Parts: sequence; C-alpha cells; structure tokens
Amino acid sequence: MTPPPLVVIAATLVVLLGLATMLTWVERRLLGLWQDRYGPNRVGPGGLFQAVADGIKILFKQDWIPPFADRPVFVLAPAIGMMTVLLAFGVIPVTALWSIAGDLNVGLLFVFATMGLGVYSVVLAGWASNSKYALLGGMRAAAQMISYEVFMGLSTLGVVMTTGSFSLRDIVQAQAGLWFVIPQCLGFVVFLMAGIAETHRLPFDLPEGENELGAGFHTEYSGMKFGMFFLSEYAGIVLVSALVTTLYLGGWQGPVLPPALWFAAKTGALVCLFILLRAALPRPRYDQLMALGWKILLPLSLLNIVATGAVLLLRAPG
Amino acid sequence: MFGILRTLWLTFLHMGHRRVTVGYPETRPALPPRYRGRIILSRDPDGLERCVACNLCAVACPVDCISLQKAEQDGRWYPEYFRINFSRCIFCGFCEEACPTYAIQLTPDFEMSEYVRPNLVYEKEDLLISGTGKYPDYSFYRVSGVEIPGKDKGEAEREQPPVDVRSLLP
Ligand code: SF4
Ligand code: SF4
Repeated sequence: MTPPPLVVIAATLVVLLGLATMLTWVERRLLGLWQDRYGPNRVGPGGLFQAVADGIKILFKQDWIPPFADRPVFVLAPAIGMMTVLLAFGVIPVTALWSIAGDLNVGLLFVFATMGLGVYSVVLAGWASNSKYALLGGMRAAAQMISYEVFMGLSTLGVVMTTGSFSLRDIVQAQAGLWFVIPQCLGFVVFLMAGIAETHRLPFDLPEGENELGAGFHTEYSGMKFGMFFLSEYAGIVLVSALVTTLYLGGWQGPVLPPALWFAAKTGALVCLFILLRAALPRPRYDQLMALGWKILLPLSLLNIVATGAVLLLRAPG
Repeated sequence: MFGILRTLWLTFLHMGHRRVTVGYPETRPALPPRYRGRIILSRDPDGLERCVACNLCAVACPVDCISLQKAEQDGRWYPEYFRINFSRCIFCGFCEEACPTYAIQLTPDFEMSEYVRPNLVYEKEDLLISGTGKYPDYSFYRVSGVEIPGKDKGEAEREQPPVDVRSLLP
C-alpha cells in the first residue's frame, strides 16, 4: 500500500530538517571523537540539545542585511539553496513505496537538475553580498560545482546503462543480486568525490575557504539566513549520501531488517564518512581542485562509461 | 592516494584514543604550586605584613595594574593601600620576581570570575593572607640592615656590627 503523498511530504520535511539540525551536533561530536576531544557535551544528555540551543540563538540574532547588498537577491539566495535540496529529495526512494514523487521515470535527471540549480544559491549569495570575498567565494563555487557536475552525471551513466533506466526505483531494484558499488567501483569513487565537491564540504569547501576568504559566499550573512545556508549544506550531505546509497549501495535492500532501516543505516554511515573526511583531510589548493576534476576524475568517469559499455555489449545476446 | 587513505584510517583509529580534554567543572585540573593565578600578599613568620611598599612590583608590571601608597610606622614601611586591577593583570608573574621581600605571590587559583568589572579590583584586605605563602621562613626585617624597634643596626641575621668609618682603630 502506498502511503498518502501528504503524509510522505510532511514526514520527509520534518525528518529532513530535524536531521539537518541534529547533524550540526553529530558532526561536532564526531569531529571531537576523532580529534581526541569532546565537542559540545553540556546542553542536555551528551550535548544532545546543542542544536536546539544553537537554533534559538540564531533565531534571536539580528537579521541584518548589509546596506550595500542587493536586497531581494540577498534574501532569495539562501531560500534557493534550501529549496533545491528539498526538491531533490522528492524522488529519492526510501523504500519501494515511500517516495514523494512516486516512481519518476527520469528521477536521476531530476536530481541532477535540482542540484545544478543549487549553484545559483551560492553564486547569487556571493554576488548579492557585494563584497569581494563573498564574490570570490561565489565565483569559486560556480567553477567548482559546474565542473564537478559534469562528471558527477557521467559517473552515474554506468549505473544507468546497466539498469537501462533513469528511475531511481528501477536502479535500486536492479541491485537485488549485486550492489553496484562492486561492478561500478570506479564510478562510485568518482561520484563520491563529485558529491563532496557538490555539497562544497571539506576538503572541497573552497567556496567557503575560511582561511583565505573569511567565510566565502556567506561572509555577509548572519542570523537565520546564515542558518539556512548551514542547514541546506547539511541537508545536502544527507541528499548526496542518500543518492550514493540509492545508486551504489542497493538502496533499501538488505536482509532481516526492514527496508527503511537499511536505507537509514547506509545513509547514516555515508554521512559519518563525510564527517571523517572533514576530520582527516586538508583543503587542496584551488588549481589542484580543478586539475583533479578535469584531468583525473573526468577521464576516469569516461573510462568507466567505455568499460561498462564494452562489458554490456559483450554480454548482450546475439 | 594511499596517503589519503592512510590519513583517513589513522584518524578513524583515534576513536579508541583517550580524550585529552579535562572536563573542567567536574574534574579539576591538577595545578602545580607555582601556577600563576590569583595574586596574594603574604605575611612574614611573625604575622606582620611582608610588603615594604618599595613599588618595585608596580614598576615591573607590564600592564601597570598595581597601585600602592607607602606609609611608615616605627621605621617599618608598609603600604597604606595596595590595589591590583585583575581585569588588566596578565598573570605574568613579573611582580613576584621583582619583589625583594617575597610579599607578593601568585597562587594556583584562577576562579575569580565576576559579573561586574569593578569587582575585579582587589584591595589590600582582599589580597592579604594570614600565612607566609610559598616561603615559610623568610622575614625581610630579620635579614636586612634596616633599623626597627627591637632590632638595631648590625643585629640582623648574618650581619656584623657596623664599622665606625671615622675611627682609625682596627
Ligand atoms: S602578574 Fe604581571 S600583570 Fe599581574 S600584577 Fe603581576 S606584574 Fe602585573
Ligand atoms: S609587594 Fe614586594 S615589590 Fe611590591 S611594593 Fe611590596 S615589597 Fe615592594
């Protein structure tokens, strides 16, 4: 039985926003764990309510728009960021029956389309702030996200070719025997790195680049608008993790446990991996980032497509 | 590439390491006796104020947060008031090093937060303790050549009677 769409929408929204909020706490605790310290542990049991405290604090901050900023765009930018991430969740199949848009036959394309729109949030924020550091951050984000989007799409083509469908549900169902992470391991690695760059997370957080750009594109933001950027970044992590789970780790499939739990566990593990990456790796230089993208990851993803195509052709009957 | 994976793995292993944070209000850090914290003025073994109001500490203080005024009684100098502004003090310990009488001493106590800034200005009553601090036996007037009631010139410890410079006798 398919649950009614409104319930699904409400549940996704609540869970997602709650998750994004809690992730701020989870991330700080995990970073603390991996750096031999505690992280926030004062508010509530184990610091669990730190996220709530932060939320209250940020709500009560002065919602300031710099006088030199382009007001409408300045206000719009964080909303775009949040919106695109939430939209992309519409097609993620949590279980076979549980997804907002049902079984969209171009689900994967839809996700890429909305994630591509997400660039606007960062670029417009950098532009509307009317300050040089924000603009530099925005420009970096544009270059980085556009170039990484190219082979983010290309790297998933192997999956699409094997499945023969853009529908995320079909892709998951095609992994009943073997998760795509094994035959498509190259695509998996490329997609993961592109995903990190796409959410501009450390080590690819050059649009923010605290030590050279202040805070990059959100230098001029404060209060809840900054909070929106923050939340959409965390929601973006969840989104990319959910996407990797769907495309490469067999989605909801797994023995014994109920499907939704499998999905949550796999996504959670990936989120932890994201945080581990942040704890361990330094930020590359900007030209290194671009070189890595165009000179290594792009050829790799093309190679992946060619190899997958060859194998499919050889296997094809007749 | 392997460097990156190794970094990730090593960072992951840190999960099992002991955390270095000291959870301060619950577990208190072990402070060594010579920790540079709240400043006190000590007394000599006889229970009299050690400070002789020489102003050396005030001169040595890099942030000029010590203020005192000399007063005199029976040949002994003592501070009429002695004021330390702890909102400026940087706990460098220079005052302790400059002091010729071991009067001013830093102690292993740092819990002196206040809600109102003026409360951080400590007067002599706040600073003066009844003990001798880190140097139990030292008494300035017992070893110095200064003349005070009950101790004439030349009567201090390890001191010889003064020489009459106008006399030619050996
Ligand atoms: S510790 Fe340093 S700053 Fe503080 S009173 Fe002494 S000399 Fe001044
Ligand atoms: S505390 Fe020491 S240095 Fe300062 S005035 Fe008194 S005797 Fe002199």
